[in-house]
This record gives sequence, structure tokens and C-alpha cells, in this order.
Amino acid sequence: MSRIRLAATAAGLATALLLSACGSGDDPLASDDSGASSAPGTVTVGSANFAESELLAEIYSQALEAKGVTVKRQFNIGARELYLKALQDGSIDLLPEYNGALLSALQTGGAPEGVSKPEDVLAALKKVLPAGTEVLDQSAAEDKDTLTVSQETATKYSLKTIDDLKPVAGQLVIGAGPEWQERYQGLKGLEELYGVKFKEFKPLDAGGPLTVNALKKGDIQVGNIFSTDSSIKTNNFVVLDDPRNLYLAENILPLIRTSAKTDAVAGALNAVSAKLTTENLTTYLAQVQVDKKDTATVAKAFLSENGL
Amino acid sequence: MNLSYLFDAAHWDPSATGSFPDLLLAHLGYVALALLIGTVIALPVGLYIGHTGRGSFIAINAGNAGRSLPTLGLLMLMVTLLGLGLLPVLIALTVLVIPPILTSAYAGMRTLDSQVVDAAKGMGMRPWQVLTRVELPMALPVLFSGFRSAALQVVATATVAAAVGLSGLGRLMIDGLAVNDYSRVLAGAIVVALLAVLLDLLLAQVQRWIVSPGVSKRF
Repeated sequence: MSRIRLAATAAGLATALLLSACGSGDDPLASDDSGASSAPGTVTVGSANFAESELLAEIYSQALEAKGVTVKRQFNIGARELYLKALQDGSIDLLPEYNGALLSALQTGGAPEGVSKPEDVLAALKKVLPAGTEVLDQSAAEDKDTLTVSQETATKYSLKTIDDLKPVAGQLVIGAGPEWQERYQGLKGLEELYGVKFKEFKPLDAGGPLTVNALKKGDIQVGNIFSTDSSIKTNNFVVLDDPRNLYLAENILPLIRTSAKTDAVAGALNAVSAKLTTENLTTYLAQVQVDKKDTATVAKAFLSENGL
Repeated sequence: MNLSYLFDAAHWDPSATGSFPDLLLAHLGYVALALLIGTVIALPVGLYIGHTGRGSFIAINAGNAGRSLPTLGLLMLMVTLLGLGLLPVLIALTVLVIPPILTSAYAGMRTLDSQVVDAAKGMGMRPWQVLTRVELPMALPVLFSGFRSAALQVVATATVAAAVGLSGLGRLMIDGLAVNDYSRVLAGAIVVALLAVLLDLLLAQVQRWIVSPGVSKRF
């Protein structure tokens, strides 16, 4: 009997520990120091905590420095919740953003259905920006969800757009992040907007190595990969067009505090956005991620090769 | 803390994919298969090494090395090599199961009272009879505790199957994290913890049934 009682006590203890660990209401992302505002005339550039954001922030910084603006770098801040707070309290003045993702984060209930083209997204975004901030010109470069297939699959079923999937999807397995099962911009939208229903859904990682590898091996025939992922090029994958704009536009654009926006700053950043495309961003990002080059070196190469 | 996912009746409908019964069944399936394969491999080897005393360094080193392998890392490696499917998950989980069973089988056999074994031989038992009628029953408490710890580890670790697109209770955690549904993550953690405790209680009871009263001194 005593053994059962012991086990029951242990179970109770374990559950209590588990619950108390989950119960603490502290926001792990919240930071205490509100950060002093930067000195007048200096632009503090921030970035999110992933390679592409840091590269873009470095490109912005060097473009500003080339125009004689003093820049303070405050990179690798964290997720959107965190850096938006930093932008609003003035610890940073500028950072690279994605129009669709930013809109989804700011609009209560997420981006409205039907708003997915770049210009619509930008218009909707401008209405919900936090006070004291604004966005500059958006670039053609997009880092967005795609449906991607291998070269063989594309040839076999002659696939160019998502529409072409409709008659053959019943034989194909799709792999994507687990959230695709429930999100409109996942399986639901594919079925409603394109009438595409796959044979099977494999919950993998969101455009990560698992999905790329599964696509390479043929465990899945269709995968969700982000449009600036260099694995698309290295593996000769084919990105299917999205003529009905299921996936939200994710154009890269600078988000800036109005107080830091001078003509020189805006001019320098708009010149960068004018040159930025999905293709050249992919190439330069691959230099950071695949060739392990230094972000500052790659940013410099981007600017000099584009005459900035 | 939010327990709404756990207590939502819709999530307990056995016919729905992704419901608790559905995931539980898949989870137990991975656990059972890994335990079965692991036992079939580790038990004979452990018994042989323990019985003969030969190659004991294999038992000890394989045990230690196997325990230090991170299951998730091994799983990702297997998926890279073999592609998606049940096989990589089973390999990763079996590697987890083998060390405790192997070492406990070996330890159970080594710690036998040699006088009892001698007595059995003196009574004219054949080697096979010595093994099955004397050595195995006496080694059973140690051996079975190894099996129990293997079962406990694998029931908690089988959640990794969800990381590579399979089912099981890990789905609740991985999917919950992906869609910011912490109630679902919590539900998964609670169900796995309860399952582990229940399974261990069940195996403790099985141990009482199958260990000979002469060995356990409970008459």
C-alpha cells in the first residue's frame, strides 16, 4: 500500500510543480530598463533576432552613415512584441519590418481577409501604426509564405501556379508548420480559395531544415518555404505563383519614429528600398547564412554594388 | 493557467483525429513498439553477458554511451538520413530503451547468489533449466525495474515523434506552441505526466504478480 501512496504523492507533487511553473504571470519578454532616448541627430537602428532582419538593419545603418547621419546600432532585440515597445518608448528610432506581418500584429484580430496585395496591405497598415511612428516606401523584396515543389514534381504535373495543383493535389503530400492546419493562410485558404485539397498534411517546421529536407527526399511533394530562403535556389525548387493572393504580402519597409525622420534619412532609406528585391536579398542573405560572411561586409557589398 | 483545452469534451471524442484518445493511442503505440524492439535486442544480450560474465564492458559502456545520446538530436539525424516516417522515431526511441534494460539484465544476473546457482547445478539441472528456473526468477526484480525505468523514459520522450510530423501526445505541445495556444500545451504536458505515473503504477503491480514470492519474500 505504501508504495502506491508514495507514487500518488509523487504524482501530486509533480503536477503541483508543473502547474506552479506554468502559472507565473511574468512576461518573460518584458524588459525593465526602458532605455534612454538617443541623443539628438543620432538615429538608433534596431533589428529583430534573426539573420535577415539584422542584415537589413545593417544595410539601413550603412546607407545612413554614407549620407553623414550618425547611427547607433541596437540589433538583435527579440520578437516583435519586444522591439515595438522599444520603438514606442524611443530606445530605437528605426528598424526593418514586413508590411503583412506588422499589419497582422497591430490589427486586432489579425490582417482582415481579402487584404493581401502589397498596396492594400500598406494602406491598411498605415491606418493602424502606433502614434509617433510611420513607414517609408516599401521595397519589392518580400519574405513571405510560398508553396514550393521540387523541379521533378513541377515538371511531372506541369505546375506553375497554385491553381495547377487543383487536379493533382489528391495525390500529393504537403508539409508545413503545424499552424497551417488551423490558419486561414494555410490549408483552409488553399481549400476555400483554390479548391486545393491535399492527400495528407505533415506538420513539420515553418520553412525550416525539416521541410527542406523532406521536400528534397520526396517525403513531401509540396512544402511551405519562405521566399528568401536560399535553399530554393540551391535545390532548384520551384516556387508556385499565388495568383489569388492567398498569402499576405510581406514587403520589406522601414518603420521609423516620426521624430527621427529627416529628409536625409528618408531619402537614404527610400533609395535602399528602391533597390531591394526578393532575388538580391536572397543572394545576400545566403552569403550570411550559407557562406557565414560577416553581416557588415555583406551589407557593404550590397550598397556598393547597387550604387548607394 | 488555463485548463479549458483539457476539459473540453470535444477533445475527448475518440473518433476525431487529434483528440486525446486518438493521440494517446498513437503515443502508446510508439511506446509499445520501442519497448518491444528494445527488449528483444537488449534482454538476450544482457542475460548472456550476465550469465557468462563475458563482454561485460560492452554492457557497461553501451549503457553509458546510449544514455548520453540526446534523443531529439538522434531523431533529427535519422530523419536526415532516412527521411520522414515511423522508422527514425522507432530507432531513436529504441536507443533510449536499450541501455536500462541491458544494464539491468546484466546487473540482475551478476548479483545472483552463486551458491544458489551451484545448488541448482548440484541438483542436476541442465544449463537451460538453471537459467529459466533459477537465474531468471531471481534476477527478475532488478531486471524488471530496468524495464520500468525504460518504459517511464520512453513514455515521456515519445513526444518527440510530433516534431517530425507524426502523431502522439507531443502534437498537443508542438501544435499548441505553433498557434500560441498555451492551454493546449499545458493539456499535453499534464496528460503525458499522468500517463507516465499511471504506467509506472501499472508496471509496479505487474512486478508484484510476476516476481516469485520466494524471491520477493512476500508469502
